[in-house]
Amino acid sequence: MAKITLSKLRHSYVPDPQPDDYALKEIDHVWDDGGAYALLGPSGCGKSTLLNIISGLLQPSEGRILFDETDVTDLPPAKRNIAQVFQFPVIYDTMSVYDNLAFPLRNRGRPEDVVKARVTAIAEMLEVTSMLKTRAAHLTPDNKQKISMGRGLVREDVNVVMFDEPLTVIDPHLKWKLRSKLKELHQRVRATMIYVTHDQTEALTFADQVVVMDLGVIVQIGTPVDLFERPAHTFVGHFIGSPGMNVLPAELRDGGAFFVGRPVPLEGRIVKTGTLAQIGVRPEYVSLADQGLEAVVTKVADLGRHILVETRAGDTKVAAIIQGDAPAKGETVHLDFRRDQTRLYLDGWLATEAETRE
Amino acid sequence: MRPRYLIPFFYILFLMLPIYWLVAMSFKTTNEILGGFSLFPQRFTLENYREIFTNPTWYWGYINSIIYVSLNTVISVAVALPAAYAFSRYRFLGDKHLFFWLLTNRMAPAAVFALPFFQLYSAIGLFDTHIAVALAHCLFNIPLAVWILEGFMSGVPKELDETAYVDGYSFPRFFTSIFLPTIKAGVGVAAFFCFMFSWVELLLAKTLTAVEAKPIAATMTRTASSAGYELGLLAAAGTLTIIPGAIVIYFVRNYIAKGFALGRV
Amino acid sequence: MKTENQKAWFFVLPVLILVAFNALVPLMTVVNYSVQETFGNNQFFWEGLGWFEQILRSERFHASLGRQFFFTFMILIIEVPLGIAIALAMPRRGFWVPVCLVLMALPMLIPWNVVGSMWNIFTLPRIGLLGYFLNDVLGIHYDMTQQPVAAWITIIVMDVWHWTSLVVLLCYAGLVSIPDAYYQAAKIDGASNWKVFRYIQLPKMKTVLTIAILLRFMDSFNIYTEPFVLTGGGPGNSTTLLSIDLVKIALGQFDLGPAAAMSLIYFAITLFVSWLFYTLMTKDDQE
Repeated sequence: MAKITLSKLRHSYVPDPQPDDYALKEIDHVWDDGGAYALLGPSGCGKSTLLNIISGLLQPSEGRILFDETDVTDLPPAKRNIAQVFQFPVIYDTMSVYDNLAFPLRNRGRPEDVVKARVTAIAEMLEVTSMLKTRAAHLTPDNKQKISMGRGLVREDVNVVMFDEPLTVIDPHLKWKLRSKLKELHQRVRATMIYVTHDQTEALTFADQVVVMDLGVIVQIGTPVDLFERPAHTFVGHFIGSPGMNVLPAELRDGGAFFVGRPVPLEGRIVKTGTLAQIGVRPEYVSLADQGLEAVVTKVADLGRHILVETRAGDTKVAAIIQGDAPAKGETVHLDFRRDQTRLYLDGWLATEAETRE
Repeated sequence: MRPRYLIPFFYILFLMLPIYWLVAMSFKTTNEILGGFSLFPQRFTLENYREIFTNPTWYWGYINSIIYVSLNTVISVAVALPAAYAFSRYRFLGDKHLFFWLLTNRMAPAAVFALPFFQLYSAIGLFDTHIAVALAHCLFNIPLAVWILEGFMSGVPKELDETAYVDGYSFPRFFTSIFLPTIKAGVGVAAFFCFMFSWVELLLAKTLTAVEAKPIAATMTRTASSAGYELGLLAAAGTLTIIPGAIVIYFVRNYIAKGFALGRV
Repeated sequence: MKTENQKAWFFVLPVLILVAFNALVPLMTVVNYSVQETFGNNQFFWEGLGWFEQILRSERFHASLGRQFFFTFMILIIEVPLGIAIALAMPRRGFWVPVCLVLMALPMLIPWNVVGSMWNIFTLPRIGLLGYFLNDVLGIHYDMTQQPVAAWITIIVMDVWHWTSLVVLLCYAGLVSIPDAYYQAAKIDGASNWKVFRYIQLPKMKTVLTIAILLRFMDSFNIYTEPFVLTGGGPGNSTTLLSIDLVKIALGQFDLGPAAAMSLIYFAITLFVSWLFYTLMTKDDQE
């Protein structure tokens, strides 16, 4: 087990890159020993690149990677003592399940009795003991993926186990089972785990800490609650939550923010400067009121426990999640934003400071 | 360049040497050829090619070959398409046996069939026609085409068919306007292999023709034996037989590798 | 899942008719000849299994069958490993891939007798590139028309030249279908190159390799045109393979009965060995 430090990491797939060519733009981050992390972002955001750099499948263009205090930047994957589970189950078809699990240990020349003890223990944990003798080719996809995970966990000294969208090919009803299995495994083996996904549910349920990436940069690191309650970037607000945060074009004047000509009260004072101003408020914190911002209802969807109302204020779409009676389509309503959940973003980044309650 | 690329490099070099020699020879005069060794043509001549393009016995050989090869390709693919569809979509009485039996015809030595073929096609009055050779080559090309197409079709989910029927497509319209475009790579690969095996085969083609439909390859053997050492002419004719294959292969270059991988055993 | 539908037979019917016409009628003709004796005047006499007995006992048949097996054995033992090695060494993507594939496939698209002629011209002493190089530059005496060993080496090298690409193309197709994740996982698992080959590449190539070996077996076992044009079966009988011998008997001597019996035995051997290969190579999947 180890703490992993990424220092000034940059990577580009083309030689002599221009600033825009970087798939990863300057990453500085420390993954604590034994943590369960999720790396969340849309496809193409650089999360797989980052993963492959940590595992050693890719050499970063710039920057260093440290495992504890050792620099491993130039080490090949086999020397880094890491494990990785891929999107599609990778198993050795011609071998039995037992031999599959034993493969990483045997390649490192461990004695057979150690191999046997480890494989038996891991098989027990994964509940695949009864399959040990079967040919791996005959397994179902979810069992194959379990074996891939098992190969990652079988070495007792792995520094980190990485999962690259491991549930993509698994049937929906088996997904939650494997996910809870993973969570349970993490608690038992206490290895550092990094789980890459573009699915917010997977990320939020698995991880203690979620790292959100977009366009090659880390935009926010935090607990699932942090990400939902206080998105540090409009991207996070938009990407997490369903539907995502309302991002409204704003005008800055007299130290306040205005939307469609009306002043909007913010959570606190503005602490940054920037050019592009946007107001962010989650639909959960938009309600219908007797007066305030005028908007026309364009769509109403009953989601069971609550109602999703889409409106148009000026030229901007504003979504609201409300309880109680639904307005009719085409009706003009007034919207109210909850003040302590309404923030200003400048050039995408959070620019207001929450008022400390006393 | 990585060192391991030397292996394919030298292999391709080995492949190209005899071809180079054939081409070089075709530009040499008979005197130069018989006079001794020269790596490059010393007195570059197009005389051999002129002879081929002006002498009907020669150029008709090419035309004949191209006619029956094209006929065979069209027939093989056309009949293989519905059959491959049946094998990939339906279970029916004796399907597995039929499939295997088709493949066994790929194993019959052509030499075994040469004489009976001659008698069969003479008996039905097709001897020395293009269609005779085209039909005879169906023996080994249809099984191959069925095999390749079946592989491609099995890769297309059955839901495609069902969706089309739900949308009100009739079977022929579905097959031609939806299914065929989906597997066009497979059709290309199958046609390529039919073309190839029909183009390179000589024994049956020679047995089934005399004058009217005689293939270029047969013209070559006769000229070589009767006129003695006309090596330059032979080389020029040989060089010209490589060209149609080279053109066809260029068109399917991105599919060749895939074509076989999708076939099933 | 496939649905049961007997009407599918209508789809198969055209194929069935065409292939049956080409396969069954000639096959019946051959069977018919194989049990009769003729003196060339269209009179036939019942011979029973006499021709089969005669062929199976004949030393000439044993000799050509032996040469045939030796040839096919050499072809498989050279072309299959060589083809795998070349496929493994080829680049997986980029500009050079289609170039390599087109150049490699070229020999397969040359008419078989042209292949024979080409190698004839290539190996002629004094005149041919190879013949000149061996005889006059290296001073090795090499003349196919005189030396059986030289003739054998030449027909084998010619077939390697002609058909190794088929194995390469098939194996290459198998290799490019392996997702990168397999190689990455193997690296992380600490697998050596040999283990990557043994446990990832070879299993993934298995299907295509089975096809390659079957096709190479069938085609090399049935080979006729190329060696016939190149050596004519000589010097002496040294390169008279089974099909060359068969054509000699059937068309040269017009001994229809023995030729027909020999054809059937030949066909039966091809079928049997193909079946054997197929069963052995797909045995693992059945368990």
